[in-house]
Amino acid sequence: MSKNAREEFEKWEKTTLNKVISKAAERESSFTTTSHIALKRLYTPLDVADLDYCSELGFPGEVPFTRGVQPTMYRGRLWTMRQYAGFATPEETNKRYKYLLEHGQTGLSVAFDLPTQIGYDSDHPLSDGEVGKVGVAIDTLKDIEILFDGIPLDKVSTSMTINSTAAILLTMYIAVAEKQGVKSEVLQGTIQNDILKEYAARGTYIYPPLESMRIVTDIFAFCKDHVPRWNTISISGYHMREAGCTAVQEVAFTLADGIAYVEAAIRAGLDVDSFASRLAFFFCCHNTFIEEIAKFRAARRLWAKIMKERFKAKRDESCMLRFHTQTAGCSLTAQQPDNNVVRVAFQALAAVLGGTQSLHTNSRDEAYALPTEDSVRLALRTQQLIAYESGVADMIDPFGGSYAVEALTGEIERKSMEYIEKIEAMGGAIKAIESGYIQTEIGESAYQYQKEIETRKRIIVGLNQFQIEEEPLRDILRIKPEVEQYQKEKLARVKKERNNLKVKETLAVLKKAARETDNVVPPILEAVKVYATLGEISDTLREVFGEYRER
Amino acid sequence: MARKIRVLVAKPGLDGHDRGAKVIARALRDAGMEVIYTGIRQTPEQIANTAIQEDVDIVGLSSLSGAHNNLFPKVVHILREKGAGDILVFGGGIVPIDDIPGLKKAGIREIFQPGASTEDIIKYIHANVKTA
Repeated sequence: MSKNAREEFEKWEKTTLNKVISKAAERESSFTTTSHIALKRLYTPLDVADLDYCSELGFPGEVPFTRGVQPTMYRGRLWTMRQYAGFATPEETNKRYKYLLEHGQTGLSVAFDLPTQIGYDSDHPLSDGEVGKVGVAIDTLKDIEILFDGIPLDKVSTSMTINSTAAILLTMYIAVAEKQGVKSEVLQGTIQNDILKEYAARGTYIYPPLESMRIVTDIFAFCKDHVPRWNTISISGYHMREAGCTAVQEVAFTLADGIAYVEAAIRAGLDVDSFASRLAFFFCCHNTFIEEIAKFRAARRLWAKIMKERFKAKRDESCMLRFHTQTAGCSLTAQQPDNNVVRVAFQALAAVLGGTQSLHTNSRDEAYALPTEDSVRLALRTQQLIAYESGVADMIDPFGGSYAVEALTGEIERKSMEYIEKIEAMGGAIKAIESGYIQTEIGESAYQYQKEIETRKRIIVGLNQFQIEEEPLRDILRIKPEVEQYQKEKLARVKKERNNLKVKETLAVLKKAARETDNVVPPILEAVKVYATLGEISDTLREVFGEYRER
Repeated sequence: MARKIRVLVAKPGLDGHDRGAKVIARALRDAGMEVIYTGIRQTPEQIANTAIQEDVDIVGLSSLSGAHNNLFPKVVHILREKGAGDILVFGGGIVPIDDIPGLKKAGIREIFQPGASTEDIIKYIHANVKTA
């Protein structure tokens, strides 16, 4: 940087700035981001003087992908607008999917209820009250046939938020596609399959970590050969952020988990370049606009460096951090719910400016319940407004080169790397989760955030400032209690009509594979095809692997 | 000196959203109460048993999965069955306003809605738990 700029900057501070500041202090004595990064008053060329353009930023579609993963980004194709949806029965959810596709949504994203996520059938005692509540209930292949009825699986891409039972839902999807005459080789979509963050934050684990990691790598190996266009994992920071961690912690914990998966796959005998390009990521986008844009850019650059330098990946695609974004559910308020529409718009805009590959925008009423159809349409329209009206999709990485964004991108990358090194020193992400370190860090940040709100150090519009007298929202989506009975009856019918002998045989083969070293995915596929239930398959694995208990 | 108020913070059902429960457990502890947190995935039976074993004054239930109408009343019911109906039960999470009258009728003393502060909850406990 020219000496001139530094001199001029110092001169400005002493004269023009000082004249004002000596008379009137700024709003705060210091300004920091949610990740405790102290913000400067003004970023100048001095802050990016050491930034080497070619190695640190480069060009879109090239390592380290700081400016984006595709050479044309949204000029070529817009991000996938993918609203996470699912509730009650497969019959009802199928209708919502068709509604969303009719309104211009471009990919599906399946929300499952908790029993489905934790490996219990709708008739299990622990499913009491939970069937169809936070997502759609799936017990057997029959339900998946209904869920995707009339939806051509060779045309849509489908993301499934499913982790400990991911192999079951993936194979059900493959089986339904087969019935539609669609080969598994052409299927496109994602399973979340990120078990590590379940122990750290989300809570839908079944088996202990090592056994769960074995299923994860079995899925990698199976998909490499049979479902090559499928994203085999979506390594997720979203839920840790929702549980309260900061932007820097989100990047650090997510990439630390990513390192653990790559290591596990390599240990299982896979070549890094054979699976790494199918790894996908999932981040949150919270309120702090500039920090969030910088976060996405920092995550891309850091992952590319990790894959190149640490894992010696040869293919550029192996170093590419492709990600889905969801706006921050925890930022939504029950107070003045219309304000949420505006929050979501800013968050979605930051995700697009950060280069997301797909996006879910939350709905205004989600502090109350799952969203109504009208609320979801408005959330989808928010994305369409950004895509078609704002003009931000017409050029690549428009914030690239901004002194502030580049400085913050570097700062987030550095701070995340410090965390990752700390986790490495503990023995890696699995150890850091087992010891409770990551959970404690998340809890600490969540508590600080809440204290800041309650002391009004952090203003949440409509919640702790600018409140009004208002009636709570009453027009919300309600899941009928009859859903549970309906699912139970359907399940009983399927069990009566299927060939129980075949179910027993396939489960025995699965049990043997689980005990030994065979890949568990092919026997799960055989079991789902003869209508073994999700609970029966999960129980078979529980018998071999045992269950994890939170400490 | 009055004995410290003992609170059980519990997560009934399969819901894994524990941010609120953990934040509240910590805030109550900072306010001088003795707090036991159950962790996630507890059945109503487990929660009632823990409440009795730990001799708590009050139980706070947290659920964001929509299973509150099934699970919250069961906790109260089991406590009463076991002769521990004097243990107060309150709740919070994602609970639609129209569900609150039914829950109160079933013996849940108070429901805190999204946006409630830890201060509100601390005040509520102090006002309702009598310490000797």
